[in-house]
This record gives sequence, C-alpha cells and structure tokens, in this order.
Amino acid sequence: MSPAATTASDAPAAPVTLAKALNKGLRRAMEQDPKVLLMGEDIGKLGGVFRVTDGLQKDFGDARVIDTPLAEAGIIGTAIGLALRGYRPVCEIQFDGFVFPAYDQITTQVAKLYARSLGKMRVPIVIRIPYGGGIGAVEHHSESPEALFAHTAGLRVVACSNPVDGYWMIQQAIESDDPVIFFEPKRRYWDKAQLDESAGPAYGFDQAIVVRPGTDLTLAAHGPMVRTCLDVARAAEEEGRSLEVIDLRTISPLDVNTVVESVNRTGRLVVVHEAPVFFGLGAELAAQVTDRCFYRLEAPVGRVGGFHTPYPPSRIEETYLPDLDRVLDAVDRAFDH
Amino acid sequence: MTTRTPARSRRSAQAPEPEPVLVPEAAAADGYGAAEELPLIQLLTPEGERRSHPDYPLDVDAEQARALYRDLVLVRRVDAEGTALQRQGELGLWASLLGQEAAQVGSGRAMRPGDFAFPTYREHGVAWTRGVPPINLLGMFRGVNNGGWDPNEKNFMLYTIVIGSQTLHAVGYAMGIQRDGSDDAVIAYFGDGASSQGDVNESFVFAASYNAPVVFFCQNNQWAISEPTERQSRVPLFRRASGFGFPGVRVDGNDVFACLAVTRAALDRARTGNGPTLIEAYTYRMGAHTTSDDPTRYRGNDEVELWRARDPLARLRTYLVREGQADDEFFAEVEAEADALAAEIRAGCLSLPDPHPLSMFDYAYTGPHAQVEAEREELAAYLDSFTDEEAAR
Repeated sequence: MSPAATTASDAPAAPVTLAKALNKGLRRAMEQDPKVLLMGEDIGKLGGVFRVTDGLQKDFGDARVIDTPLAEAGIIGTAIGLALRGYRPVCEIQFDGFVFPAYDQITTQVAKLYARSLGKMRVPIVIRIPYGGGIGAVEHHSESPEALFAHTAGLRVVACSNPVDGYWMIQQAIESDDPVIFFEPKRRYWDKAQLDESAGPAYGFDQAIVVRPGTDLTLAAHGPMVRTCLDVARAAEEEGRSLEVIDLRTISPLDVNTVVESVNRTGRLVVVHEAPVFFGLGAELAAQVTDRCFYRLEAPVGRVGGFHTPYPPSRIEETYLPDLDRVLDAVDRAFDH
Repeated sequence: MTTRTPARSRRSAQAPEPEPVLVPEAAAADGYGAAEELPLIQLLTPEGERRSHPDYPLDVDAEQARALYRDLVLVRRVDAEGTALQRQGELGLWASLLGQEAAQVGSGRAMRPGDFAFPTYREHGVAWTRGVPPINLLGMFRGVNNGGWDPNEKNFMLYTIVIGSQTLHAVGYAMGIQRDGSDDAVIAYFGDGASSQGDVNESFVFAASYNAPVVFFCQNNQWAISEPTERQSRVPLFRRASGFGFPGVRVDGNDVFACLAVTRAALDRARTGNGPTLIEAYTYRMGAHTTSDDPTRYRGNDEVELWRARDPLARLRTYLVREGQADDEFFAEVEAEADALAAEIRAGCLSLPDPHPLSMFDYAYTGPHAQVEAEREELAAYLDSFTDEEAAR
C-alpha cells in the first residue's frame, strides 16, 4: 500500500475515533480503486447507524455507495454477482445478530466459489460487522459470532481493536482477493487515537502483534477485549506481575506463532474474548499452544469469555462479558496453579 | 375508541379465494387444455403447427429451425449419456433435463455472447448453447471437482446446488452491468421449487428496486423432487412477478420457438433499461429428479404420458418435415453427430483423472493461510510415510 500523498501535513492531526478511521480507510480505498463499492442498509444518506460510511454517498454517488433493500442474504448474494463482474463490494451488516439471514450465502457461496472454480473466480468481498456487547442494546445487537465464520474455510476473519488498525486493516481487507469477515468492536467505535495516514500499514494483514510486552503471563485477545486486557495488565503491574498482551487481529488465519513465541517466554496463557468460551477461539488457541509449548507451560491455558447461554438482557450483560476482575481472576488462577 | 367495521369492507379485507391452480391432471391431452385458459405463449403446438403471437413475432428460417432441432437432439443425447454413465457407476449422480430441452435451448439461444447465465445444476442445455464443453459438466457429478470451470470464459456461472442462491448472484451481476453502462443482460435460471426460497424472492426485490437488466427464467417442471408446484404456490408462478412490480409471462416450455422469442424479448427489454421480467416456462421433468430419485412413488404414469405427447423434439421434427425444411438425410446426420458426441463424452468422462488428495488445499484461499499450510504439510508427510514403508519392503 502506498503512502497517501494528499494528507501530508506538518501539524499533527486531531485524534480520530475508530468509526472515523474506518470511514477514512473506506474513503481512501474508494479513491484508489473505482471498482470498490459499498453496500448495506442505511449506509447512504444516513451514513450507517454508526456513521462509518458518513458522507461517502455524497462524495462517491449512489452507484458506489448503495443503500440496499432490507435483506441481508440479498446484500451478500448480489455482492457475489458484482464481484464476478469485477467489482470489490464492501458490505455492511448493520449488527452482528443480523448476519444470519446471509449466513447461507457467506458460508456456502462466498467461501467456496474460489475453490469450486479451481481458482478461476475470485470473490474479493469484505463483510463488515459491528459486533460485541457492552452498549446496553436490545437482543441480537451484542453478539460475537467470529468462531462461526472462522470454522468455514475460504473466509478470512479479522477484528480490529483500535483506530489505527481500523484505518489500515479495512484497506488491507479490501485489497485481499479472499473474502474477509471484518469485525468492528462497536463499543470501541468512539475510542480515539492519533492516525498518521501518510505512513503505510505497520503490520501485515495476517499478523498478531504484541501490544504490551511482559514476562510472566500472556493475554491473547482481539477486538474489544484488547483494551480490557491492557487495563488488566496495568492493574496486574501494580500487583507486581508483568503481563504481555497480544492483539490477535486475525482469527483466520490465526497467527499462532506470535502466541507460541510469547508463551515460550512467559509460560502462561489466558485467552479472552466476548464470544462464548465453549467451542470458541480460546479452545483452538489452547489446543495449539498446548501442542507446541507443552513443556514450557506453567499452568493450563485459561479462557475467559461469554457463557453458553443466549446473549443475556443488557442489564446483566456486564456479568456475561469479561471484565477487569474476571480476567484478573483467571490470571490469579494461572499463577496459583 | 371502537368503531364498527361495515360488513362490506370486512369482507373485502378477507383474503381472496386463491385462483384455481393448474394441475397437470386438469389439462386436456390436445394441447395444454386448462393451461390455455391462462396466457400461455405458444408458437409451435405439440402437433408441430406454427402459431403466431402479436407480442412475440419470430422469423425462423429453415436453417435456424434445423439448428434448433440439432441443439435439442444433441442436448438430449448429452443428458442420456449422463444418465447412462451414472447407471454404470461412472458418475455419482446425474440430474436429467429430459423434457426440458426446449426451455433451455430456446432461452439459451436468445442470449448474446456478452449476456450471462446463472444456472441451477440441471442446465446442461443452456451450457450447450453457451459453448461450455459437456465434459466440463461431468466433473462435479463424477466427483473429481466441484465445478471447475471459469464462469467468465463462456459467461456461464458454475452450477449452483443450494436451491435459488444463484438468482441473487445474477441480480448482482446485472447491477454490475448497469454500473459499466453496458447493454449486456443476464438470465437467472431456477425452478418451481426454488420459487419458495427467500433468496429468489429477495432477488426479485433487488432486481425491481434497481431496475436491473435480468430475466428470471423459471422452468416450472411441475415437480420439486416429490412436491408438486401447488405445494410451492397458490397462484401461477408467473403472476408472482406483479407483486414485485415487473411483468411475468408464461410460455410453453416445450416449444423452442416460443422460449426463444419470449426470452429474446425479455432480454431486449432488460438491456434497454426496462428492468426485469419473470418467464415461467411451463414444462415437465420427464425423468427422475436425479438418478437417486424414484418418481413412481409420487406421480402417476398417466401424467407422464400426457406430457410425452407434448415432447419438445417431436413437435419440431414434425414441423420440419411438414414444412419440407429437413429431409431424412438431415435427421440421419444429426443422429450420427449425437452418437459421436455421446462417445466423446463417455471417453472424456472415463479419462477424467482423480485429483491428487493434496489438491483439496490448493484453492481454499488465494494466498498463504497459516493453518492451511500447516495442515497440508502434515497430511503430505502422513501420506509420504506410507510411500516410505512400501518402498522399504
């Protein structure tokens, strides 16, 4: 990806929110490639319910920023046809819990067409999904279905955790010739960070990164839980423990090497996600790390996440979601072992 | 506040009585009986007599008529060979188009080279008109691939097995055509069973909303495996279109002339910016749903015989003979060509190589994927371990 030529400025830009960073990333991708289209419900005049596409229809027209009928299977199904015709559709699913009408098109069509055509047809579709809880929403607005997609070969599944990654990762997703399920942590949409648009992306699209180095235990998280884990690491530091925090960033493929390298140093791993623990990403990481770090582990791999229940009503969601105390509790157990 | 509803408006608020649904048993043997009470477009009767229609004029000279007949015969032979290869264990499955040749050849020949077809898994006749080599179709039925052809090579999408999904792909492609400013158009093929699918109904919504250049070509072959069309719809399928805001028309699906004329008109309508059309090609699945099906469990032989009298090939042959447009020599040539094609397909099928086991990893992703790479290496090592043991003996 080439550095932006138009945004260079000596004065540091004001910090931007994750929502704005994604908006800027989409804008830049649309400027660079006329085949990039946005599709979704209420993404045009309204700019999306989270305003991620704010102003883009005004600037790029309604042929490139397409307000769709209210039908998720229709959005993804028509995106496949547009991709076949040479376009690069970026589809917005309004909320995590609304992706399931499109689940068939995503898992049986989008994910498989490259293989079914023996590599002759590419499906460069990005499916953006605002996901996760913690905003006091009604049901179907707080879910974390990433494991369901990671279990389907043919899809890349990623989650951004902060504005800088949001800006670069959305562009990397659009450049990808594989279909990408792009999870956006909706409760972090308003987190701010300094964004330097003139630099290139600091990390590859299939790369986990150590966002806080430590020596005693590794916390692995993605999306909204990265900030939670950074808070945990700061709290643990006061107790004299040095926690390393990894932002996984990509779930399929999963950058196990970065986690293994870390656990080989720290000897302990706790995986944190909002999604239910049962059959979740934590289970996969625990299996892989146990396989590769068996003699380095000082304790069993810990997992902190949601429960095997329907997502609870918002008044009790804070109990369902991993927070500082629950993660610290899991950290304690790892040290007590 | 309560108000009393007048009896009259209460009545009118009730759901209207459904229209009588045409069932094959209700149709008379001469022509389409009850079907003709509905506006069924027919340009060639089952007796091989030419009809005209004010909305669908069609000039077909002798050469064109012979070419269509040749298509029908060759397509039927491709299909028969598919069934035979399955019966002999060379294919895992075959979905026969027997009886639907005219619907597929007529609509397929209405397309221009730049148009694009989105098939189900039964559109062997459409594939033929697009120039897709029949051997390509056998791969997935033999189990050596899951499609494998390049959709953009002949503007013919991969077969879609999940019922109705491809109609959305077709509309999306048509939306792409609109953005390109091209006058290409698209045909979405589906069946009577698929008309119940949400994807098909969503494709109607999207096509209408964007005025997309797409033709929905529904082959109503009367049966969705064991379920008759009236299980899917209480109104004739072509009338579904009006609720979505575009025209619907029912055509004699066993009449290649009518299918050609009606589809050509709908494609022209689409490519000139007038939006989608639903064509219901009223036809019949003469064979089983697939080679795994036993239709004697759910339908009677009378019905099959009724439709046998409406055979799409026989009527065109009768027409060609009556009009003096083809002689015995022509028919013999076509038969010989069909025999040669069948032999070629058989030979091609038997020589389709099994893919290497590790090829399953080749096209999961366009680029490297850590887990796929690791699993490929692991499996390769495992498979190699057998070779080593055998070599060591």
